[in-house]
Amino acid sequence: MLKFIATRIALLIPTFLGVTLLAFFLIRLVPGDPIEVRLGERGIDPARLEEMRAQLGLNKPLLEQYADYLTGVLTGDLGKSLITQTPVLHEFAELFPATIELSLCAILFALIIGLPAGVLAAVKRGGPLDHGVMAASLTGYSMPIFWWGLLLILLFSVILGWTPVSGRLSAAYYVEPVTGFLPIDSWMSEEEGAFLDALHHLVLPSIVLGTIPLAVIARMTRSSMLEVLGEDYIRTARAKGLGLFRIVGLHALRNAMIPVVTVIGLQVGTLLAGAILTETIFAWPGIGKWLIESINRRDYPALQGGVLLIACVVMLVNLVVDLLYGLLNPRIRHAK
Amino acid sequence: MTSPLSEFWGHFRRNRGAVLGLFIVLALSFVAIFAEFVAPYDPAEQFRDFVLLPPAWIEGGNWAFPLGTDDIGRDMLSRLVHGARLSLFIGLLVVTLSLVVGVALGLLAGFYGGTSDTLIARFMDILLALPSLLLAIVVAAILGPGLVNAAIAVSVVIVPHYARLTRASVMAERGREYVTAARLAGASDARLMLVTILPNCAAPLIVQATLGFSTAILDAAALGFLGLGAQPPTPEWGTMLSSSLQFLQRAWWVVTFPGLSILITVLAFNLMGDGLRDALDPKLKR
Repeated sequence: MLKFIATRIALLIPTFLGVTLLAFFLIRLVPGDPIEVRLGERGIDPARLEEMRAQLGLNKPLLEQYADYLTGVLTGDLGKSLITQTPVLHEFAELFPATIELSLCAILFALIIGLPAGVLAAVKRGGPLDHGVMAASLTGYSMPIFWWGLLLILLFSVILGWTPVSGRLSAAYYVEPVTGFLPIDSWMSEEEGAFLDALHHLVLPSIVLGTIPLAVIARMTRSSMLEVLGEDYIRTARAKGLGLFRIVGLHALRNAMIPVVTVIGLQVGTLLAGAILTETIFAWPGIGKWLIESINRRDYPALQGGVLLIACVVMLVNLVVDLLYGLLNPRIRHAK
Repeated sequence: MTSPLSEFWGHFRRNRGAVLGLFIVLALSFVAIFAEFVAPYDPAEQFRDFVLLPPAWIEGGNWAFPLGTDDIGRDMLSRLVHGARLSLFIGLLVVTLSLVVGVALGLLAGFYGGTSDTLIARFMDILLALPSLLLAIVVAAILGPGLVNAAIAVSVVIVPHYARLTRASVMAERGREYVTAARLAGASDARLMLVTILPNCAAPLIVQATLGFSTAILDAAALGFLGLGAQPPTPEWGTMLSSSLQFLQRAWWVVTFPGLSILITVLAFNLMGDGLRDALDPKLKR
């Protein structure tokens, strides 16, 4: 098992280096001189330009510049945002909890609906329920979520007035950030009603972000369940005269969950990509919205750092999923 | 004796969803090709007396503008019809670009193995480490906004999928007898790759290419929505959506119809892709 873990981690190193290279060149490929971009003006005095280049290490050979950058990254220095002048890592750490909070609620929503729907569809295979679940799942999978979010806002926020249009908390409340997770912070704070208000704000964005994972989970659960239901041990259980509920709940579901767990892990990338759109629509103050704003403000160091950090998060989660899968399934662990 | 084609059609036809998808795709293609004749007006023509007109069946609507007009009096239907042309064009461009590059990389990696395989596989891993839309956003930010740039950005995102698929199929085929036989007969590497092996890897690629259309259309629309894709006044569906956001409360139709068009198009390609997969690869059938 140790060897398995070591190999998986070793495999990550070249990918990590590759992503740093990508992030490093990103800022050099962007049209415009980095200094001019940084100062937001054109036609600076050549002597001053040269001075600034030296200051930023831009006159060194490219390889040396990359080495400097990599050293910076490994010591946690991802540069400063051009607009706010705060370290990128700091900004990211401040906004990331909002995105995690939203993503967790989205995946929770997807699981609560997706798992039972998939199981029911498999058990009632070929029936109208199965067809309904499959059609809904394919529709969800094809959904342009930015539009879906707008429709839900129009219906639930504008017409019915059930949910807030945007943001994380109403302006009437103020909650001191402790953990960064608003439901937790507001639960512990003195502010009366802030907790419910925070949950209220979470509902629509979670549904929007959870739509595609929901579709994937329902589909995956159904097909995995169908496979398990065809196994011999299920036939044995049936022959013993066990009720359907017991067979599905006790025997089938546990085994059907293994591929589903993997799929949930692989949804992290989808969630982070979806968060960019969802946060933009709902003005949710997370890293997705921050990245788009960075692009619009031409704040390339922020974009560069954000891209690198998100890639690292995705790689780490994939590693954990990989290791968990190896833990669950010895055949993978011992495979060469 | 049935030909492979008729056997394939027999499988495909049984999947009602797939046939529906095919029908929609054909209809969309017709609309896209003959957009000038199908659309009642020019997509850029402004009717200043008819601003934000609701769809015809609603009170205050006008049958001259069946789906209503937008904030500067352009006919929604005409814009959507021309948007179909743009979306299918993006889909075609993205799938062609990414298929050519992805298949080439996959062939090289799978056929030669060794260092070229390691290099290509690692590079694809790096691209796959980034969430798809984020990578597209980064590339679009580098290239600058625009329809073709958005298509290139989305292609970069899809390339690894084709490369991986091709590589895996090529590695499976490489050791087969017919390949050895062709090699002994004196076929060059290029011939072995393109003429001998590639056709036998086509089935999964065709399926993936169909599904690639839906990814391309969806992601390009998302880029348009974020302001990084096609720029107004181009009647691209995602761009139309983002430029009419402020009218969401007053005029639901300017937001609803472009999104619905994206959904229907993507759904049609996904339905067709699923049907193709079932018909071409019985192993994957569930």
